[in-house]
Amino acid sequence: MPTVLLPPRHYLNNGYGIRSWLLTRDHKRIALLYLAAVTFFFFVGGAFAVWIRLDLATPAGDLVSDETYNKLFTMHGVMMVFFFLIPAIPSVLGNFLVPIMIGAKDLAFPKLNLASWYIYMLGGAFTLYALVSGGVDTGWTFYTPFSTASSTTNVIPTALGIFITGFSSILTGLNFIVTIHRMRAPGMTWFRLPLFIWSTYATSLINVLGTPVIAITILLVAAERLFQFGFFNPALGGDPVLFQHLFWFYSHPAVYIMVLPAMGVVSELVAAGCRKPVFGYSFVAFASLAIAVLGFLVWGHHMFVAGESVYSALIFSILSFMVAIPSAVKVFNWTATMYRGAVSWETPMLYAYGFIGLFTIGGLTGLFLAAIAVDVHVTDTYFIVAHFHYIMVGGTIMAYLGGVHYWWPKISGRLYNEGLAKLSAGIIFIGFNLTFFPQFVLGYLGMPRRYHAYPEEFQVLNVLSSAGASILGVGYLIPMVYLMWSLRYGRAAGSNPWGAVGLEWTTTSPPPTENFSQTPVVTWNAYEYSPKVDHVA
Amino acid sequence: MSPDGAAQASHIGEVSGHHSGLAHQFDSLAQQREAATLGMWCFLVTEVLFFGGLFLTYALYRGWYSGAFTAASRELLIWPGTINTVVLITSSLTMALAVHAAQTGDRRSLILFLAVTMLLGSVFLGIKGFEYYEGFLEGHFPGPRFQFEAEHFREAQIFFSLYYLMTGLHAIHMIIGLGVMAVMVWMSWRGTITAEYYNPIEVSGLYWHFVDIVWIFLFPLLYLIGRHA
Repeated sequence: MPTVLLPPRHYLNNGYGIRSWLLTRDHKRIALLYLAAVTFFFFVGGAFAVWIRLDLATPAGDLVSDETYNKLFTMHGVMMVFFFLIPAIPSVLGNFLVPIMIGAKDLAFPKLNLASWYIYMLGGAFTLYALVSGGVDTGWTFYTPFSTASSTTNVIPTALGIFITGFSSILTGLNFIVTIHRMRAPGMTWFRLPLFIWSTYATSLINVLGTPVIAITILLVAAERLFQFGFFNPALGGDPVLFQHLFWFYSHPAVYIMVLPAMGVVSELVAAGCRKPVFGYSFVAFASLAIAVLGFLVWGHHMFVAGESVYSALIFSILSFMVAIPSAVKVFNWTATMYRGAVSWETPMLYAYGFIGLFTIGGLTGLFLAAIAVDVHVTDTYFIVAHFHYIMVGGTIMAYLGGVHYWWPKISGRLYNEGLAKLSAGIIFIGFNLTFFPQFVLGYLGMPRRYHAYPEEFQVLNVLSSAGASILGVGYLIPMVYLMWSLRYGRAAGSNPWGAVGLEWTTTSPPPTENFSQTPVVTWNAYEYSPKVDHVA
Repeated sequence: MSPDGAAQASHIGEVSGHHSGLAHQFDSLAQQREAATLGMWCFLVTEVLFFGGLFLTYALYRGWYSGAFTAASRELLIWPGTINTVVLITSSLTMALAVHAAQTGDRRSLILFLAVTMLLGSVFLGIKGFEYYEGFLEGHFPGPRFQFEAEHFREAQIFFSLYYLMTGLHAIHMIIGLGVMAVMVWMSWRGTITAEYYNPIEVSGLYWHFVDIVWIFLFPLLYLIGRHA
């Protein structure tokens, strides 16, 4: 009697209807819901960036009006910061990987996890509404009293969108903290955890401790704007610098919310790409926690020119220099891991190389800015813009794309086209540097940020930057094509296409809904690469 | 539920591993209980920082405008505030008794104490509503209809802005707490809560105590400091 061979059950073929996705509690499906959402917001934010660069191709700013330009850079910042950079790696890769990497069936609170996604979407809907009904022009920082007293644009809907989305960060962070504490498989001790888990844990601490402060700050802004409660407006007796303190108390740590998970991804990529344990595992792990703690003590460096006292500026300057120590520990340790490793040139590793180089430039220029004298010279110039884009685009997005490529075979069960992937990684690297390196020069020469028009001598550098942005845009579109293509036509990946170690590579690709056929028992440390396990794939 | 029944239920839970309250991602009720408790503590940490922004703002302006703040705080009604403090502390006691009743599987006392807690919470909100009403009549609400002696007009308005925002956010937390307690009464009524599965009551209790503690800070800051200066 002929037997029918059924395809193996996994999380993707366990139900096909729309309800099986929108009401799912499976962390892997929720990760894919986030993947779709953050990709959408990334391209919305990216469209604004293209628009800005197009306008800046000519000194007179011929494309849009001054008011429209203010709205463009505001919406670019809001979309990218709150709806892409902050959620991207934790919500997509973290959601998918945290339970699998620690050997759990799911996160501790699956319903809360789904609720986080809906909260995120609700916040996104408010912000999109603000966008289509006229936009907002305060900059993503919402500085008072302009945002509470002068701006006539949609401050309240945008702020409400960010307020709501914040709860999604808080709940995701809370879920990860509890999961990492309470759901580890037998034998999975803290110092056997992959470094991605350590950095996700550190990120979650910032999410839980920092996000409520931006929430209350937004409420205070809304109360002042709606009811004339005088918290920040000097005309009402308030203090605008108080707003900056509250805002940056969250928004500086938020930079580490964006870059810490990226560092975790790079640790995984470097270990797998070099076939070696990460050099100085515990130093890299504790560096994540050190960055999370120090990150809360440096917010004042955003206010060196905002009337801060000389002494507090001095303290904040020293503390900002100190963040460089754990950051450098990581960069040195990744480099030391590569030393005499079997260094690969596959796509995820290309992104890891890109991250390490660009993050180093972004981090070192951060030291320029921590030095008060230099900061006073370049405050509010394109130097700042170039610096944080090196961290956020050169750092976070590089690592995010590297991680998506590295875990794509696990997520989808398919292999993508390696040639196209390498090509687009190269295009992104070239496009990125062409876009943002000229901005360092522009800023140092004195071009202010957020200006719609500029003197003619800056045009060459601006045109270089705009040309780079168009190359970068193409680089981001190509992976969309070949990753989608691989879903249908890609070769089956097998459970461990990279020959990597880690619990996620011991289960099938795509993993079953419950992640493992039976709860794994861990008897090994993270990254135990040896010649024997090299070619198991 | 009799002690024997509790022991039997616990026994069944251990053997089958399918206690009705055990979610699929956990291996045991103990693990689930630890996770839920840790989750609530994390949430309370976020709440501390949420209110922390307000307390910071309060501290700054209290220091800057201390004369106006004491003058404005004297306008608040001391008796409703004091009674409310007593009411809330009592509700914390009944909440603690409810958790104890849940642990011992005493369903009748559990429902009783939850109901008393809800009643005290509602009394608090009623008295708070009365205070708000009086405040509106006196012209304490900031904005175009705000009234205060000319000397402290602008600064007193900041005091009342903080007063309404802080007590208002606290009241919203109380209302959410009442909703949570209503769900707890329903779960207890249905018999979902047992001597070995009582962590919903425990974590709701943590939340309730937290909201009480916020008031314990708000009351002296807003009503008492410098009142007799």
